[in-house]
Amino acid sequence: MASYNTNEFRGGLKIMIDGDPCSIIENEFVKPGKGQAFNRVKIRNLKTGRVIERTYKSGESVEAADVMDTDLQFLYSDGEFWHFMDTETYDQHAADATAVGDAVKWLKEQDTCEITLWNGTPLVVTPPNFVILTVTDTDPGVRGDTSGGGGKPATLETGAVVRVPLFIEIGDALKIDTRTGEYVARARD
Amino acid sequence: MLQTADDWRPTASLDALKLRATLLTRIRAYFGGQGVLEVDTPVLSSAGATDPAIHSFTTTYHGPVPGAGNGSELKLYLHTSPEFPMKRLLAAGSGSIYQLCKVFRDGESGGSHNPEFTLLEWYRTGFDHFDLMDDVQRLLRTVLDGTRSVEPVDHWTYRDLFLEVTGMDPFTAAVKDMQAVLQGHGLHDPVGLTPDDRDAWLDVVMTHVIEPRLGPGLVFIRDYPASQAALARLRPGQPAVAARFEVYLGGMELANGYHELTDAAELQRRFEKDSTRRDAQGSEAVAMDQKLLAALASELPDCAGVALGIERLLMIASQSASIEDVIAFPLARA
Repeated sequence: MASYNTNEFRGGLKIMIDGDPCSIIENEFVKPGKGQAFNRVKIRNLKTGRVIERTYKSGESVEAADVMDTDLQFLYSDGEFWHFMDTETYDQHAADATAVGDAVKWLKEQDTCEITLWNGTPLVVTPPNFVILTVTDTDPGVRGDTSGGGGKPATLETGAVVRVPLFIEIGDALKIDTRTGEYVARARD
Repeated sequence: MLQTADDWRPTASLDALKLRATLLTRIRAYFGGQGVLEVDTPVLSSAGATDPAIHSFTTTYHGPVPGAGNGSELKLYLHTSPEFPMKRLLAAGSGSIYQLCKVFRDGESGGSHNPEFTLLEWYRTGFDHFDLMDDVQRLLRTVLDGTRSVEPVDHWTYRDLFLEVTGMDPFTAAVKDMQAVLQGHGLHDPVGLTPDDRDAWLDVVMTHVIEPRLGPGLVFIRDYPASQAALARLRPGQPAVAARFEVYLGGMELANGYHELTDAAELQRRFEKDSTRRDAQGSEAVAMDQKLLAALASELPDCAGVALGIERLLMIASQSASIEDVIAFPLARA
């Protein structure tokens, strides 16, 4: 079984804690001048998303988590699972609702997402930073009003609701920043 | 090691490097004014630090050694502090002395550690650790003038500080009591720590629970458990405590001092105890410094000594978050 020594700890390293795969966010070396050295780490549990803290006696070995990030194309959802494909190997992976999480709002078929795989199973789905989505419902547009002042809600093809400028109409394709959930611009064809 | 186009550049700003020069000048002026002699002792020694928590770099000398014939090879330790040879100077009648030098500790790298760093170490003859704490305070006030306040100044015994912050008596607490304190602060038991290593558990409580609550000023902690005496003399009492103190500023460990042990037989016993612990933890055996033992057997004058980390002092003076901000070329760029 692969393992890491605390000397190898750094941000992004994937280790097992209490049976769950985790990712190190921050690693602090703590040592009194006349005492024991420790590694105090902040870690994200990749299954629950929770951030926890642990301290290791320096020099200890910790089991590595078989976790990798890979780019996969979103194919479709059957309501229970979201299916993704590696466009080079055609390998398919099914992510459950927990793995998809909030990304569900931005998933559009054929878009490429970053999938964190643990022992080959999707653990976290990260949508592209920017997605282009079509407006399916919003109040009628106010033509010519490009001031950007005010705004209104618009429902997108994925079901996500974002705040958009008044001139946006049903059928417009919008560029959305998935990290903030904010409207960026109208997409040009 | 990952190379980038900016690797040749210093990580410290020019202002930080100037501050370093200023503080070093002020330190020398302070000791000059006090009649404390600046000395210089070898970086490479035939004996090393026996402290089980400190790991020396070693190197090998090839060539003639005076008095040892030709073609000799000599294993040498890079000093982890200039303590041993400075005590030999004291035993030889130097009077009060100080030294500013680079020291080397293997395995120590992080936000407030670099494997090579600058130590200010000084000894005052006729001082006990109380006199020396006053001296540390005077030095810091002088040296940090115009950069950062040392107020408020607090004095604690190790025991009272633990009682105040955790309600636990560090001299009588069992490991399970320390686990309860950690749990009370939302902390898990450290992975890999065994119940027999009581001092390491105390270190966890100190570094994880107490240090973050020390406040912004200068804090002196004294009267450490005898098991953490290092080379301090013991003060009789129930229990006996080590005449050792630690200095914190802005919550960061800055210096460590002793009313020095002068008893050669006791020093020999402590070296032997260190060596047993090194053996038990699988660390490399270190040659005991026979010359230091001989110096103490001759006569080390009554004195107190302290070692202060210059980069830590610079971090505090410049309010830097990382030691890299005050070193031109830390490990990753050395």
